[in-house]
Amino acid sequence: MRKFSWFNATSLTFGFAFLYLPMLILIIYSFNESRLVTVWAGFSTKWYGELFQNEAFLDAAWVTIKVAFWSSTLATILGTMAAYIMVRTGQFRGRGLFSGMIYAPLVMPEVITGLSLLLFFIAIGLDRGVITIVLAHTTFAMCYVSVVVTSRLVSFDQSLEEAALDLGCTPFDAFRSVTLPIIMPAVISGWLLAFTLSLDDLVIASFTSGPSSTTLPIKIFSAVRLGVTPEINALSTIMIGLVTIGVISASLVSRSMSIKARADERRAEQG
Amino acid sequence: MAQPKPDTIFAPWDDPTAKPLIQFKNVTKRFGDFTAIDNLTLDIYAQEFFALLGPSGCGKTTLMRMLGGFETPTEGHIFLDGVDIGPVPPNERPVNMMFQSYALFPHLTVWDNIAFGLKRSDMPKDEIGDRVEKMLKLTQLGKFAKRKPHQISGGQRQRVALARSLAKAPKLLLLDEPLGALDKKLRHETQFELMDIQETTGTTFVIVTHDQEEAMTVASRVAVMVDGTLSQVATPDQIYEAPNSTYVADFIGDVNLIEGVIEVPEKGAAKDAVSIRWSSTETPINATSDLGLAAAATVHFAIRPEKVSISTEKPEADNVMSGKILDIAYLGNISTYHVEVAPGLIIKAQATNVRRMSRRNLTWEDHVYLSWTDTAGVVLTS
Repeated sequence: MRKFSWFNATSLTFGFAFLYLPMLILIIYSFNESRLVTVWAGFSTKWYGELFQNEAFLDAAWVTIKVAFWSSTLATILGTMAAYIMVRTGQFRGRGLFSGMIYAPLVMPEVITGLSLLLFFIAIGLDRGVITIVLAHTTFAMCYVSVVVTSRLVSFDQSLEEAALDLGCTPFDAFRSVTLPIIMPAVISGWLLAFTLSLDDLVIASFTSGPSSTTLPIKIFSAVRLGVTPEINALSTIMIGLVTIGVISASLVSRSMSIKARADERRAEQG
Repeated sequence: MAQPKPDTIFAPWDDPTAKPLIQFKNVTKRFGDFTAIDNLTLDIYAQEFFALLGPSGCGKTTLMRMLGGFETPTEGHIFLDGVDIGPVPPNERPVNMMFQSYALFPHLTVWDNIAFGLKRSDMPKDEIGDRVEKMLKLTQLGKFAKRKPHQISGGQRQRVALARSLAKAPKLLLLDEPLGALDKKLRHETQFELMDIQETTGTTFVIVTHDQEEAMTVASRVAVMVDGTLSQVATPDQIYEAPNSTYVADFIGDVNLIEGVIEVPEKGAAKDAVSIRWSSTETPINATSDLGLAAAATVHFAIRPEKVSISTEKPEADNVMSGKILDIAYLGNISTYHVEVAPGLIIKAQATNVRRMSRRNLTWEDHVYLSWTDTAGVVLTS
């Protein structure tokens, strides 16, 4: 292990402070007794209680979860399909362009993605609501899923699929009963990632949401413009918790399960 | 065993009325500009243990993958039981394959791996269990049925792969370097197991290997491939004793190749006798050939080291050469002597070590005589 010098300790402290101090303050103040956000008046969980009485927030939370669930599920299906095709079809003319087009939305500014989706929905006459947010979130989350699944499929032994075909599977049956169970950890972690991304998106959702379909980030953003309340702090703390759990479990699932699956596969290959 | 039994000789390839199970008719396979298989025609008969042998890149794996349905011929046709299987996808062919990597499904137990193909066939559910048990028994895997592939040894995995590919009782089993991943001792044992299983089940086996010893051991016939074409298709003993080209002679086992020119035959010489002049000063080699070679034709004389006798006294034989021992390769059961008989020409002679090391009398720099009969070698024109 490297020596733990004063310089290292200071860098680490400042680095983490820079990243997490604002959130820490928010979390601390969510347990503040006082209605004034910046004045500490003792520990209390009453704002959490009030939060759960607030219909508007609860509605927004429900919309957010619905959107996150459906968009991450759709994104996982589409992203896995895209990854599978890109890895399996091998070389063809324009392959580079195709894979580039799948990953381009990753680096596209959200404002542009949101705006173009808004224009698209207006053009096809689709009323903005939960469905449009789901579609919008699916669009950008799909790229992330496809990146995660692609990296798993690249190391997948293709003779396993050939063996399934050889033993009487149709190509779809081979995918369902052999490929999918083996790449499942990557698919699950892709889903969790998509879920988390959808949960905290503000920009794209604000372009594509309708009057009846406010998501939590939009709700918080508009509430904050009228002044920060301890309720918002409490809500934000819950969201930080949810996102943290999502990201950590996604990485844990993909790490531990795919390490195990790959080790199994390697051991099964060695003779 | 795959070897013919003494009373009923298994040789359908010599029987003009026998119907082949597999027929390749003028099959060509190209990958872009690369021709992997070049206008190949081949018949394989039912119950054969057929080996495709060749160096890597000779097209043997492509040929096998075309039988499995993973590649389609660019030109020509492949018939299985008289049916053109070109357009048939792998899952509808009565053919199963054992993969080089075994391709065992890591998420399924040994039992489920073997049952995988059966569950996708029209076999009734209650018969599947019996069939799997039978396969486990055939491959002695009963104890490991509930284990996952990564919980068993390499040799056991190899047997699971074999059991899985045999479970559906295919007309044809393809084995792609099936023993490549096993160590030498286990490989030898498994070769005999494979032959036993092939005989028990009566399935036609086509095996791809680059190991000539393995091909010779297991196969009823061997096809030696080079650059997408067949050099020779024959029984192991014919391939070894009567190779049809210097390539085959050199690829299979160890061989001495001597280049020379056919002499004008003496009056009264036997019809198949030839004499080959290989040096302007030395006595020509006496050999036999039924190729009807014209005088002055350039040929290669090929003789296996074990057919060359080595002695310190000059023997009476059709061919005698004298020389000096340059090298001795001691292999335990046999020794190979490298003898220089003329400047630049080294002939290898093999002798069985019937006596112990200290009792043997040949050593480096010794002057020795090499001898062989006129039928010991073959005369090759290509």
